[in-house]
This record gives sequence, C-alpha cells and structure tokens, in this order.
Amino acid sequence: MTAASTSTEIATPPARARGPWVRAWSRFRANGAALTGLAILIPILVAVATYPLWWTFGPNDIDLKAMNQGPGPSHWFGTDGVGRDILARLLQGGRISLTVAFVSVVVSIVIGFLVGAIASFGGKVVDNGIMRLVDLAMTLPPVIFLLVLASIAGTGIVPTIVVISLLSWPVLSRMVRARLLELRERDFVVASRGMGASMWHLLFRHGLPNCIDIIVVYATLQIANAILLEAGLSFLGLGIAPPQASWGNMLNAARSTVVMEQYIWQWMFPGGALVLTVLAINFLGDGLRDAFDPRSDLN
Amino acid sequence: MTEQPFLSVSNLTKHFGGSGFSRAPVVRAVEDVSFDVPRGKVVGLVGESGSGKTTIGRSVLRLIDPTSGTVRLDGVDLTAMSARDLRRQRAKMQYIFQDPFASLSPRMTIGQILMEGLGIQGTGTRRDREDRARAALKAVELPADAFDRYAHEFSGGQRQRIGIARALALEPQLIVADEPVSALDVSIQAQIVNLLRDLQTRLGLTMLFISHDLAVVEYICDTVIVLYLGRIMEIAPAAELYANPRHPYTRALLSAIPEPVPGRASRRQILTGDIPSPSNPPSGCVFRTRCPHAIDACAQVVPPLEAVGRDHRSACIRNHELETAEAVPA
Ligand SMILES: Nc1ncnc2c1ncn2[C@@H]1O[C@H](COP(=O)(O)OP(=O)(O)O)[C@@H](O)[C@H]1O
Ligand code: SF4
Ligand SMILES: [Mg+2]
Repeated sequence: MTAASTSTEIATPPARARGPWVRAWSRFRANGAALTGLAILIPILVAVATYPLWWTFGPNDIDLKAMNQGPGPSHWFGTDGVGRDILARLLQGGRISLTVAFVSVVVSIVIGFLVGAIASFGGKVVDNGIMRLVDLAMTLPPVIFLLVLASIAGTGIVPTIVVISLLSWPVLSRMVRARLLELRERDFVVASRGMGASMWHLLFRHGLPNCIDIIVVYATLQIANAILLEAGLSFLGLGIAPPQASWGNMLNAARSTVVMEQYIWQWMFPGGALVLTVLAINFLGDGLRDAFDPRSDLN
Repeated sequence: MTEQPFLSVSNLTKHFGGSGFSRAPVVRAVEDVSFDVPRGKVVGLVGESGSGKTTIGRSVLRLIDPTSGTVRLDGVDLTAMSARDLRRQRAKMQYIFQDPFASLSPRMTIGQILMEGLGIQGTGTRRDREDRARAALKAVELPADAFDRYAHEFSGGQRQRIGIARALALEPQLIVADEPVSALDVSIQAQIVNLLRDLQTRLGLTMLFISHDLAVVEYICDTVIVLYLGRIMEIAPAAELYANPRHPYTRALLSAIPEPVPGRASRRQILTGDIPSPSNPPSGCVFRTRCPHAIDACAQVVPPLEAVGRDHRSACIRNHELETAEAVPA
C-alpha cells in the first residue's frame, strides 16, 4: 500500500452531515397531502387550546332566551336545546376528545412497546405466552370488548382513556416485537452486546430509536382511531357523560329526529370537526409513514 | 512449561437447533475445536464459507453460547462466567465485523458509535470518553470531522475503519476480526489489512483473524488454522503451512490460489464436489467425500490432530504416507 492510495480513499469528502431526522423531515416536506393535513390540524389545535381567551361564551353557560337558535352574529354556530353555545361546546369538546385520544395513545404506546420488548427479549416461553395473549386480545370482537370494558370502567375521562388504551396496544406490541426480534440479530446490536451493553441499554439506545418509525405512524393513525372510539363510546353514553362536552356526546343529540331534521347545526358542526380532524391526521400519518420508511434511507 | 496462552480454546462445540419443537436437524457448526493464541500473536482461521469460522469467533467472545467446551482468556474461564461479570470483561475483547454496512447503527453519529462502549463500561468522564473516541478515529486514519457524521456518508472501506476504531476505543487486548476485508473492494483490502497489521504490532494486540482467503492470512498471521466443516484439519506456523502443507485439504486450498508458487503448479489439484451439509457430516474424516487420497479407513475413525513437525499438526490418517509432495491418489 502506498501513502497515495490511502489518501485517495480518505480524501473523498463525505456529503453534508444529515441525520435520520433531517432526512425524514425533508421527505415529509415534499408530501403535499401531509402538509395539507398539518395546515388543517394546526388551526384546530390552536383554536381548541386558546378559545377561552377570545370567545365570550363558556361551554356550560345557559342562555334561556336563546334555545335551539340557529347560527347568527352572537352565537356563531347556534345554540342547543338548553341554550348553550355550540361553538364553545365544540371547542371544549375538542379539548376533551383530543386529550382523551392523545393520552390514550401515549398510554397504549408505553404498554405496546414494553410488552413487545418483553416478548422479544424475554425468551421463548415468555414470548409464546405473551403473544397468545395478544392474539386473544386481537381476535375478540372489538365492539363487544369495548362495551364490556366500558361498562366495567364506567364513564368519565379517565375510564374512557383506560378503555381505549386497553383496546389498542396489542397491534403495536406485535409490530414492536417483530422489529426487535429482527434488530437483535443485526451486527450493530451484536456489537453493542459485545461491548457489555445491558438489556436496558439495548432496549432504549437501539430498540427504541429503531422503532421510532413504527411508533410515529402508529401514534398518528391511532389518534384518529381513538377520537372515533371516544365519539362512539360517548355517543352510546359510555364515554364522556354530559354535561361535560365531547364531540361524541354532542353527536348524541342527533338521536332525536327533531334535532336531526330541524336543528342541523347541533350535530353538523361536531360531526364536521370530527371528520375534518380525523382526515387531517390520516393525511399526516401517511406522510410520516413515507418519511420514516426505512427503505427510503437506503438511497 | 512456558507462559500460559492468552486465549485458550478447548473442545469447543456448537450445534444449532435440534432442541425444542423445531423438527429441523441439528447443524453441527463447530465440532471439538481446540487451539491457543499466545499473547501478542495473530492466529488465522481459514475455511470455506459455512465452515464455522464466524461461529468460533463469536463463541470465543461469548456472543453466542457454545454447546460445550471452554474458552479461557488470560486464565479466566469465559464460558463459566455470569452474564454480569462477563459484561465487565467485555472491554478486554472486541469483535470486528465482516459487513461494514450492517455493523454501524444508521441512527447514531460516528462519535456516538465510538463512545458507546466507553459509556457502557463507565470509563472516565464524558470528556475522557470523547478524547478516547477521537484518538481512535485518528488511529484508523479518518479525518476528525467524521466524528459528527453518520455512517451512511462513508464508503465501505471507511466504515470498516470506523468498525475498527470502535473496537479499539475500548483498548482491548484481544480482537476477533471476522473477515474484515472480504466485503470490500480488492483495491481497498490491502489498506485495511495493513492498518490492522500496524495497529496489532503497535498496540501488541492478540488477534484471531478470520478469512476464507489463504492469501490474506499469509500476510498477517503467525499461525494458521485450516477449518473444514467445523473441524480443524491442520494447524501450522504461517510460513510452514505455505511451504509445507500436509493435509490434503490445505494442499487443495493452496493450489487454488491464482498465482501458483513456481514448482507448486505441477501438483495443482482442484476440489471437486460440494461441501457436505453440516447437519449431516460424513462419518470418520469429514473431508473424505472430496479427498483425492481417501481410502476405506477414512470413513471409520475421526482422524486426530497429530504432530507432523514443529508446532505443525494435521488431522489425516495418511499423514505419514502422504508426506512426500508427490503422493499419488490412492
Ligand atoms: N444462528 C444459526 N442458526 C442455525 N445455523 C447456523 C446459525 N449460525 C450459523 N449456522 C450454520 O452454521 C454453519 C457455520 O456457519 P458460520 O460459522 O457462519 O460459517 P462461516 O463464518 O465459516 O461462513 C453454517 O452451516 C451455518 O448455516
Ligand atoms: S483422513 Fe483420509 S479422507 Fe481425510 S484427509 Fe486424510 S486421506 Fe483424506
Ligand atoms: Mg462468517
């Protein structure tokens, strides 16, 4: 070997330092649908978070002179049967629905990741046991499972979060397990073991970062799912109980034919908010899935 | 009795599968392998693909648990060690991987990769760890600005240097290098082998150097072990092995090297037939299905490794008959 041959190889200037996050972001930015989703979602989140600062009515203020009033200059989105402002309830309901969805997704990610991790690192017997349990949870008809759980847990924010979380983690734990089983055999993980890494180190320094794509995609799709689940439960009277507002229990009003036909603003706005938010999140999720697709890192 | 060997492998055996519910047959990847590596020496492990080289290398570092046998490092039995104690021993022994792409995490910067082991072992302060990682980067002749880049920005040869730096950062005494150049461009292979050789001499490393290529091994190794189907066929000092190969398999391997040494060309033998499956190895001498000198007796007993010269052993029942190079096929 000559000195010249060494320097030719070394001198090849590596491209600009671009980490995995930077590359994911540049792919995301190129996705029109995902950006549209974001453009819809951000105003909704801002409105929901800040409404008490700029909207005069509270969600439970009763205006007896204005019952079942249509949209107008004072009540922009109209009022309901007891004279509560629909816009205020819509925004407060959004707070509840989105909080329930977000927290339940976080809880199900923690459960799903840990269960997947234990299954993949815990040896054959543990793995088999856990995976049969997951299979069972996944084959139970979700509606029945949900109704049974909900009737045990009761109504309110915390029980609703618990019910939705318990229903959703198995999907994630399966994906995490599959990913970690594959990862365990990869050379850079073997190298880490060879340097004395503990299980904890392997799981959180290699396992978790290499599951980020799965988790991000799961999170976005599952948030949309959780919003719909909450709406469904509340619609059936099992989720968020009135007088507390949620998009689901506002839709409940449409069960009356009079409301359905004559006071359409009472269910159209929460229905519209629900559909718009879920669609926007789904677009976002698709964009994130492409952005984090491990195959696109190869080129 | 001289100084005890730094690394001592005795009766190492590794079988894959065959337990539990799987009906797949047992793969006898490594069968009764014993050898020593003196401190500061380089021992080469040569064999065709599938002969069990990686399995031996990883068993030596207990990255996989051997089925039986013992591995002693500096007198300490690694195979009997608890997982906890073993983790602390790991700084002493490091592995260099064959595949420069799979062996570096795509989600970590080179700096993070080089400091990972030091962090795990709890070496010094963060500052010390960074200094040591930067020193390792320098030792493998990579530019300092590589520290904050990601592995995908580097070529195969550069990645292999990073892999070497990662192993060196822990200041190990034993290195197992598993075909460190076979995935690289031929033009770069020599650079990496030279680098390893320089580092080995400079740092006084003890090394197990794995390769399927006898030509690469000749240059870097003090002693060479020839492996076939998970068993040792021949062990000899490198120069002796090339000058005076005794086992029919080694002779066949050497004659397959493209530039034949003058005088050796006349005895050129080509290996015919396929390597038998390690899940169903031939009885007796595992090489007999392809050996040009095989006789009936070869199927009866597993030939023991017997001395055929100074530090030179060969596992063939016809060692002495075939002593002369002109031996004709039976
Ligand atoms: N994890 C494993 N499970 C089952 N068989 C294996 C495993 N690892 C290696 N083997 C088998 O063991 C034999 C030796 O493999 P290996 O040590 O990788 O050989 P080499 O490194 O010499 O190419 C091969 O037949 C291979 O298929
Ligand atoms: S023991 Fe027999 S088959 Fe094996 S190498 Fe010697 S001669 Fe060939
Ligand atoms: Mg190998």
